[in-house]
Amino acid sequence: MSNVAEAGGTDQPQFTISSEVMVSMRGVHKWYGQFHVLKDINLTVNKGERIVICGPSGSGKSTLIRCINRLEEHQQGNIEVDGIELTNDVKKIDEVRREVGMVFQHFNLFPHLTVLENCALAPIWVRKMPRAEAEEIAMTYLDRVKIADQARKYPGQLSGGQQQRVAIARSLCMSPKIMLFDEPTSALDPEMIKEVLDVMVGLAEGGMTMACVTHEMGFARQVANRVIFMDGGEIIEENDPIEFFNNPRNERTQLFLSQILHH
Amino acid sequence: MTDTTMRDFKSDPIVHTPSPSLPPPSSSVGVIGWMRRNLFSSPINTLLTVLGLYLIYLIVPPLFNWAFWNADLAGDSREFCDSGGACWVFVKIRLTQFLYGFYPEAERWRPNLAIGLGLVALVYCLIDGVPWRKWVALFLLVLYPFVTYFLLSGGVFDMPLVETSKWGGLLLTIVIAVTGIVFSFPIGILLALGRRSNMPVVRMLCVGFIEFVRAVPLISVLFMSLVILPLFLPEGVTFDQLLRALIGVTLFSAAYTAETVRGGLQAIPRGQYEAADAMGLSYWKSMRLIVLPQALKVVIPALVSGSIGLFKDTTLVLIIGLTDLLAMVQLAAADTGWIGYVKEGYVFAAALFFVFCFGMSRYSMYLERKLHTGHKR
Repeated sequence: MSNVAEAGGTDQPQFTISSEVMVSMRGVHKWYGQFHVLKDINLTVNKGERIVICGPSGSGKSTLIRCINRLEEHQQGNIEVDGIELTNDVKKIDEVRREVGMVFQHFNLFPHLTVLENCALAPIWVRKMPRAEAEEIAMTYLDRVKIADQARKYPGQLSGGQQQRVAIARSLCMSPKIMLFDEPTSALDPEMIKEVLDVMVGLAEGGMTMACVTHEMGFARQVANRVIFMDGGEIIEENDPIEFFNNPRNERTQLFLSQILHH
Repeated sequence: MTDTTMRDFKSDPIVHTPSPSLPPPSSSVGVIGWMRRNLFSSPINTLLTVLGLYLIYLIVPPLFNWAFWNADLAGDSREFCDSGGACWVFVKIRLTQFLYGFYPEAERWRPNLAIGLGLVALVYCLIDGVPWRKWVALFLLVLYPFVTYFLLSGGVFDMPLVETSKWGGLLLTIVIAVTGIVFSFPIGILLALGRRSNMPVVRMLCVGFIEFVRAVPLISVLFMSLVILPLFLPEGVTFDQLLRALIGVTLFSAAYTAETVRGGLQAIPRGQYEAADAMGLSYWKSMRLIVLPQALKVVIPALVSGSIGLFKDTTLVLIIGLTDLLAMVQLAAADTGWIGYVKEGYVFAAALFFVFCFGMSRYSMYLERKLHTGHKR
């Protein structure tokens, strides 16, 4: 990739990016029925990279990151995650999913389980970890997202921001190699966005490989080492954040940025 | 994004003290408030309340007099029934038949033991936080059906054989209902999952079965098990009459359970499936741990309704010659010595059915409350 660059900018924390490839998408196409949602996507995410994907609604950005853990099936092209190619092989898919964490717009916590059980579930049933050990790990991550005191509550008793932090902790409990965020703050009240973004910034500073679909441009500026702009199922522009925001080259990008930054 | 300091605004902030919460006005709470809201909220409602009270006055005292005040219980023949009220003597002397059918008197400890054992284990399982609960539940589901079968039918351990044709009354009703409910539940879940499967063959088989069974009445299923099933069996192989009824009832009920469960599965948001998938849970694990617990919780009222319906539908087995509780009452009513007292028998049967069905209904309400985990998002 052209932009495996040093993380520039004065206010940016220093990150290390290795040359090891985490996700590679080559010539990926996807259709929903007749509708061509992804058109020839080529994207590589290296270990330690934090990419932000933005674009107007319906541009295919969610579909793109959902292809990375096969929540959506691509029909053409090649996707490899941590060296494993995604095909119809269910075993391979599960192998990939074990190593890929995902945070959803609507949190998707399990309402019938407590916060702690939500977090310990995958380590116990997927990693075959003893319950006590899994709960210990869960508490560690709940503590990291500053919500350990709510561990015995049910998701329905928490605010949106708290639920999203639990969802992040739940993914982290599997020690993922990459975290996917699908508009993690879009369903939150304005007052709660910051607490979630703070957690995500903390993750980035800890060296997590991240792919975020988000409209939080402040977050993109601060954390991303690469911003990807999509429209109509294509990657239109791809640049480091400073260039992307200060000097967008594509006309469509300029229009988009002027729409969302002008208020 | 990480700095937590407040922005600097031009003027100093005005400090807002929250207003204290006041108690509601006394006319809206307590007994008076309740009566105002529910009984006398408008002239029409007041009229309806008075009318309702008058109806209760018309119906309840005579019924009470018939069933209790003027009723006869002492004695052992119809001559003792001279008070003008209900003649419970009839029910009293027929009681063992209503409960056990023609089960031999000397062997009645066996059904008592079986049902007692089941009840104790069941109640134990329903209590929260008791030790060995899992094992008792496992016993109840796996071992208990066999224990019950051998206890009831005998032929082992010096227990004389009691043919299923001798089983009857409430005992038979319970055997059919419990077997039907317990076995139809897992089959129904599998059918529901199969109906939503991605595999066309599995889906078509499940849809075909469900739609076929739901499109015919239970009576015809029972008749089919009686008349048609033997046609498919090789010569000489005979099927126990009760077993046929059990299979018929179970499969019938499974089809309905499947549709109920499918309703629950459809009520679970797609995000739940996706979150389970994204973690790397396998299909069966995500069903067992994530989807089914939520889906079944949603459909508890419908499932219990189905169970209650099944419990009452067991009375239909009398048309294939099995003598359940209601059939025993009808047999007793044909006794020439007791002509005219059949209504006591029916009231008694109705009361027994009421106790069981009302119990199930209340338990389902308790279960719903217990499993409620706050607001869904």
